[in-house]
Amino acid sequence: MPDSTLAHAPQFDDASQQRESATFGMWIFLATEILFFGAMFLGYTAYRLAYPAAFAAASRHTLLAFGATNTAVLLISSATMAFAVRAAREKRRTALTVRLLLTAALGVLFLCIKGFEYAREISEHLLPGASFQFDQPYASHAEMFFYLYFLMTGVHALHVTIGVVLIAISGFRAWRTDAFMRNDTAVDLLGLYWHFVDIIWVFLFPLIYLVERHS
Amino acid sequence: MNTETRELPMTLEPRANYLNDGHSIRSWLLTTDHKRIGLLYMVSITLFFFVGGAAAAMMRLELLRPQGGLVTSALYNKLFTMHGVIMVWFFLIPSIPTVLGNFLVPLMIGARDVAFPRLNLVSWYLFIAGGASALWAIIAGGVDTGWTFYTPYSSTYANGHVLAMAAGIFIAGFGSIATGLNFIVTIHKMRAPGLTWFRLPLFIWTIYTTSLILVLATPVLAITLTLMALERLFGVGIFNPAMGGDPLLFQHLFWFYSHPAVYIMILPSMGVVSELIPCFSRKSIFGYNFIAYATISIGVFGFLVWGHHMFVSSQSVYAGMIFSILSFLVSIPSAIKVFNWTATLYKGSITFQTPMLYAFGFIGLFTIGGLTGLFLAALAVDVHLHDTYFVIAHFHYIMVGGAVMGYLGGLHFWWPKITGRLYCEWLAKLAAVTIFAGFNLTFFPQFILGFMGMPRRYPVYAPEFQVLNVLSTAGASILAIGYLLPLAYLLWSLRYGKPAGANPWKATGLEWKTSSPPPRDNFANAPVVTEEPYNYDAQAAELSLEENSHA
Repeated sequence: MPDSTLAHAPQFDDASQQRESATFGMWIFLATEILFFGAMFLGYTAYRLAYPAAFAAASRHTLLAFGATNTAVLLISSATMAFAVRAAREKRRTALTVRLLLTAALGVLFLCIKGFEYAREISEHLLPGASFQFDQPYASHAEMFFYLYFLMTGVHALHVTIGVVLIAISGFRAWRTDAFMRNDTAVDLLGLYWHFVDIIWVFLFPLIYLVERHS
Repeated sequence: MNTETRELPMTLEPRANYLNDGHSIRSWLLTTDHKRIGLLYMVSITLFFFVGGAAAAMMRLELLRPQGGLVTSALYNKLFTMHGVIMVWFFLIPSIPTVLGNFLVPLMIGARDVAFPRLNLVSWYLFIAGGASALWAIIAGGVDTGWTFYTPYSSTYANGHVLAMAAGIFIAGFGSIATGLNFIVTIHKMRAPGLTWFRLPLFIWTIYTTSLILVLATPVLAITLTLMALERLFGVGIFNPAMGGDPLLFQHLFWFYSHPAVYIMILPSMGVVSELIPCFSRKSIFGYNFIAYATISIGVFGFLVWGHHMFVSSQSVYAGMIFSILSFLVSIPSAIKVFNWTATLYKGSITFQTPMLYAFGFIGLFTIGGLTGLFLAALAVDVHLHDTYFVIAHFHYIMVGGAVMGYLGGLHFWWPKITGRLYCEWLAKLAAVTIFAGFNLTFFPQFILGFMGMPRRYPVYAPEFQVLNVLSTAGASILAIGYLLPLAYLLWSLRYGKPAGANPWKATGLEWKTSSPPPRDNFANAPVVTEEPYNYDAQAAELSLEENSHA
């Protein structure tokens, strides 16, 4: 086993046990995240079933171009992240640095587009609260849709922000040090997290932007 | 279990162990040793236990007289909220997993530490930060929503510091998640050579299942409390009927966490009892595999029964019927455990040491608590009993009669291992009997009160209920003495207790193969497991062989 020569924390017998434990721990963390988002998806499902017409009307007020662009941005960032994981495994430091920083940059681009989208929607009085305006007869139930929209995309954006910060820090570490050349587990875990954030968006996109777009 | 380590001599202080491995405050507050973190938790949850207990004492005093008069109605609301929140989230849920679990999981599986020792310390700091926020909410004026935070009361109408209290539970919840994650990875990845899944102590099975529940249920509570807090802050939210929201959704989400939370409290206690019963009857456990599978199935069923809290909350009749049936099904694995423990006792060489007294107390009280749970799982009966003292008595039989008895039994069982000292046995037996008697006198009358129709959460009641309420308060006083006794003699034992030796109970299990208190790295030589657990028959044969050779 080549791994056994690598450094490992004292509670582990060898580096491969440490790596397996860390990866398994990350998967469990992602399971908790699914349950965390799950409650919001449950709320969305319950109210969409209860108020289908209002949700369809509200969904037509979302900005599809922004949402579609952002979907593409996140999917590309997942690809660059996957390439970064491969670069770390192949111990190619420059490629790792570039790919991590590119992933972080795409994350920032996603957040910027999201920010402009929020600004447009707020100016159109779609933010739930005192200033919310929507055509009757769907006003109150459309407010529920937009509450769920801001809530779920907001929590998702928080996760993207955390990911961007961690990936950017890792990018600088890859640039400045050879830490990941000795042990690439951290890049692996970061990759898992980033793909998870991406998958959440893959579910959010149709639920928010594509409710009865055809009519 | 055979290990490469041999029984060690009975000397104590000179040998290096985890307790004398650094004496500074820093060496405790920045420790990554799972044993020290267990002790940090022990001290913290003991403090919370007495805070929550003080609130209960005030309530029982108020209920001495039908017209009350000791506290205002508003303060009474705050007292039962404080009692519930502190006891559930800051005592019961952390109790066995974080104290005994932290101490024992690596020892029982022959590891040097948990998989993520620093995360383990972070868990404790999250717990303390959450606890501080909850205590601040209490000191700043309290919360009167009840521990369940039902909307729209909590989100719109309640006075008080709901947000600080919810934030405290939220933060402590992430501590729970981190602990659960740590245990799952540790149990999967760090078992000693030869320690297969079906050679694990049953305590490990229960901690494993509990960890799964912690990891899968706690995030739902976190987001639910967040949604409630957002609604309180901004006036818009998914439970808000003005926007077409349904307050019942809050109850679904809340109980999706809080019913499994009951199993977070009771399963580890069952694990402790599964260790105590074979040790003090000198027999192998009856039906090991059945108990292990029953543990897992309680964990799984526990996720599917939350709706039985909402039989009268406008949930659909069909949902009610399904939740009722599923709730009945939970009794099967629970009963399997009780029958297996009693079958283990059968023809055993039973000794009545303190931990065993708690184990007996657990079996009796848990059985009563479980059977009365069936009354409440029956749809029609629940309509009569819902929100009465019958419910209070039922869940206190499970949580205090079950979970706390198990915690105290485990604490007395492993105290010699944790501290290296023996406590005063007759005082400990006296305390165990006092707690058992005080508990029954406190809560049995509440079954009758509830059946007669006395509702929960009221500071005043009809005069005909007074006799039973006085009995209950008298029982609570005895119970309080019972809980103060261990505090006294366990602290006393730290300084004056006799040295315990590595294995005072002659128990099987890896944790008894190392010295007491264990060294920083747990084992002088890495253990290898070659036997089934609870091999007391082989151990008895070995002991008699040794005696013969001495003679």
